[in-house]
Parts: sequence; structure tokens; C-alpha cells
Amino acid sequence: MANSTLTKQRSEALGSTVALKSAMAVTGVILVLFLVVHMYGNLNVFAGQAAFDNYSHHLRVIGEPMLPHGGFLWIVRVVLLASVLIHIYAAVALWRRAGAARPVRYQATKRVQRSYSSYTMRYGGVLIALFVVFHILHLTTNHIAPGGASDSPYERFVNGFQPEFWYVTLFYVLTVIAVGFHLRHGIWSALTTLGANRQSRQRSLNIIATAIAFVLTVGFLLGPLSVTLGLVE
Amino acid sequence: MNITLRVWRQKGPDDKGRMVTYQVPDVSPDMSFLEMLDVLNEKLQLEGEEPVAFDHDCREGICGACGVVIDGEAHGPETTTTCQLHMRSFKDGDTITVEPWRAKAFPVIKDLVVDRGAFDRIIQAGGYISAPTGTAPDAHAMPVPKADADRAFDAATCIGCGACVAACPNASGMLFTAAKVTHLGMLPQGQPERQARVIKMVNQHDEEDFGGCTNIGECAAVCPKGIPLDTISQLNRDLLGALASGRTE
Repeated sequence: MANSTLTKQRSEALGSTVALKSAMAVTGVILVLFLVVHMYGNLNVFAGQAAFDNYSHHLRVIGEPMLPHGGFLWIVRVVLLASVLIHIYAAVALWRRAGAARPVRYQATKRVQRSYSSYTMRYGGVLIALFVVFHILHLTTNHIAPGGASDSPYERFVNGFQPEFWYVTLFYVLTVIAVGFHLRHGIWSALTTLGANRQSRQRSLNIIATAIAFVLTVGFLLGPLSVTLGLVE
Repeated sequence: MNITLRVWRQKGPDDKGRMVTYQVPDVSPDMSFLEMLDVLNEKLQLEGEEPVAFDHDCREGICGACGVVIDGEAHGPETTTTCQLHMRSFKDGDTITVEPWRAKAFPVIKDLVVDRGAFDRIIQAGGYISAPTGTAPDAHAMPVPKADADRAFDAATCIGCGACVAACPNASGMLFTAAKVTHLGMLPQGQPERQARVIKMVNQHDEEDFGGCTNIGECAAVCPKGIPLDTISQLNRDLLGALASGRTE
């Protein structure tokens, strides 16, 4: 080590644990920004079928005629897919590393500082990944259509969360809450990783992380629950 | 006080190791945790048994040599070093579980003693400044803003005990590394090597098979010297800056 040049050290540091979690932080921020926009789109369901379907249609024609039909959406999808893959790759690499770093476990363990949120990041992440696959098959491609397939995004949404498909709603509710917990620690962690954490700012960072996580959780729960409870039809 | 101890016994680095239960009668609440172990060891020696090996040196809470995981907490229930933990923190009749620091980077040498050489190698990699020798410069020759001096000093109080690694769910040594990076990075003397330092120290940290940090904060919560978690944020910022700058020396 002592003799290796800094050029080699730099390239090594690009693959370090700190670089990995920075990649997680940046991709995480991209995904949180997407969730904010996604939540806004979902809330259009309360404005009725025309507004919701119009919003969905508009997403496909953004940038026309400079971009082809659906072009903007595909750019976003590619960025999101890349973000998800990088996020998962870094998570798996760090998870494996953490497992190897403590080959003999403690017989007695005690939680001093860790929260439910920070302690379940990895399991929550797995659940969210599975949910995303189901969610895309359900409401985007409509291959899974509990209440009947439709060309209208609004009808897909309303059909999918009818009271008789309470288990679909339940699954959504549970995973959206898991997303909330994931974001609670994730936003705090991302800001810390990217260097924003100072002792004097920790209170604000915690409030910001909790507030964003809470707003997104409630925002995503409102639509499906309203359909299931018959408030939107 | 009568205490039941469950202690990790391991004859050597290659031994598998196991938990052994001992009774320690007549413990004074004013004893330190290490003194209680001394009492146990005297008893074991009289009975012709091998005493329990544990690290200790100053017993004043400043050297960082002692350190065991007590009932799942590094250094036990008080936020201090094991030598400054007193038996009054426990109740008569308690069963106390004592284990060594658990990390691949800290292999067990014997019983509760681990090899913390990995920390030394992280320091060797970059935890220094280059200073000319000769007569000491005037104390006011290099002004340091009070806030920077305080932050550097807070980080410099790290005694390298390894509790941060022991407590971390990922067995990460990032708080230790970050304390050194922050300590030297806040001071003018640390600037020439600042970028190279963080790169080299993080690489050495990873090479020693420590886990990655996930900002949970267990490390700072158990740190007997109260090294703040924000030093890790400082390290991240320094590393990203060093990588972005493209400087190679």
C-alpha cells in the first residue's frame, strides 16, 4: 500500500464503500423526485376520469414534435431503470460486505440508536423491488388486471382497487408503508452520505426526511384506499 | 452483589470458542467492571483454571485498550469505556453476557482480546501530516478559527477503542476513519495531504474488510468519547471532493 501511487489509489477509491453508498444516495434522490411527481399524478384521480386520463395522455406527448410520441416517457423510464439497477447493485454489494465483515454474530444484541426504519432498509428494499414488478404488470402493462383490463388508466386504477380485491389494496397499503419507512432512513442517509450532515443540522435533516416520507406515504395511500372505500368510482 | 457471568472463552485465534458461565459472589457496587473481572480471575487461578484474558491499560478511560461487548452493548450500559463502567450499573443477581468485539477486521487473539491492528494500518495509510522538524513554531504563527479548532478537537478525542466497529450492524470502521479525517482536515496543517489522506484511508479501511457505513448511528451512540456522526458526512464530502478534483498527488 505504502508504495502505490495516488493515481491507483484514486481508481480504487472509485469502487470504495463510500463511492458505492454515494451512488445509492444519488440514485435514491432521483427515485424520490420521481415518487413526488408520481404521487402528484396519482392525486389527479380525485379530479375525475377525464383529468386523470388527460394527465396520462399528456405524459406521452411531452416534447412533441421534437420528441416522438412517448419519447419523453421512455427517457424517464431509462433513467429510472438505470437508477434502480445501480441502487440495487450497490445495496447488494454493501449487504454482502456487511455480512462478511462480521462472521461471528453476537449472542446478546441490543438496539441503542437504530430505528425500525434504519434497521429494515434491506428487507424493505427487497419488498419494494418485488412490489415494483407487480405494480408495473398491474397498472402499466395491465397484464395483471384484477377488475378487468382497460385502455383508460383511470379505469385500470378504479377496477384494480375494488372492495372485492381487498388483498390487492392491502398489498399496496403495506408496501407503500414500507416505502415510507425506507424513505425515512433513506433520505437522512442520502443527505449524510452526500456530505450535508452537520451536528447543528441533524434536527432539520430528521424533520425533512420524516416529512417527505410521511407526505409521500399518505399521498400514495389516498388513491387506492378511496377506491376501495367507494369514495372514487 | 452476586453476579452470573457468561463469558466468551477462546484459547487462541484458531480455537472455535464458546460461552462459559461463572458465578462471581460478593461483588462491590463500587468496583469497576474490570475489577470485577480481576476478582473472577483470582478465583479462577486459585481453582487452577486459566484466567479470562482481556485488554486493559490505563483504567482511566483515556487509552482505549479495554473494550468488550456487555449484554449486547459495546462498553456496556453506560456511554463510557469498560474500565469506567461500575458494577452499580447492574443489579444483584444479574446475568451479564460478555463478548469480544465481533468483526472480521478484529480477529480474536484470546478470550476477550482482539487484534485492532487494522486501525493502526488505517492511520499509517494517511492519518498523519508532514511537518518540518526543528524548534517548535510560535503558538500564534498559524491562526485557526475557533469553530474549526473545536471541531478538530472533538474528532481528535478518538481513542481508537473500536467500540464503533463493535456496535455497527455492518461492522464498519467509518466513524474511526472519519474522526481522523475530520481532525486533520479541519486544521491548516492537515491541508496539503487532505485529498490524498481521505482516499488512502478509505481504501485501507475497505482493504481491512470492514463493512460499509449505512448512517444508522449506533457507532456515535456508544462512542465513549462522543465522536459525532457528522464526521462521517465530512469524510464522504472530502472523498467525493477528492475524487472529483482529479488531483493525483
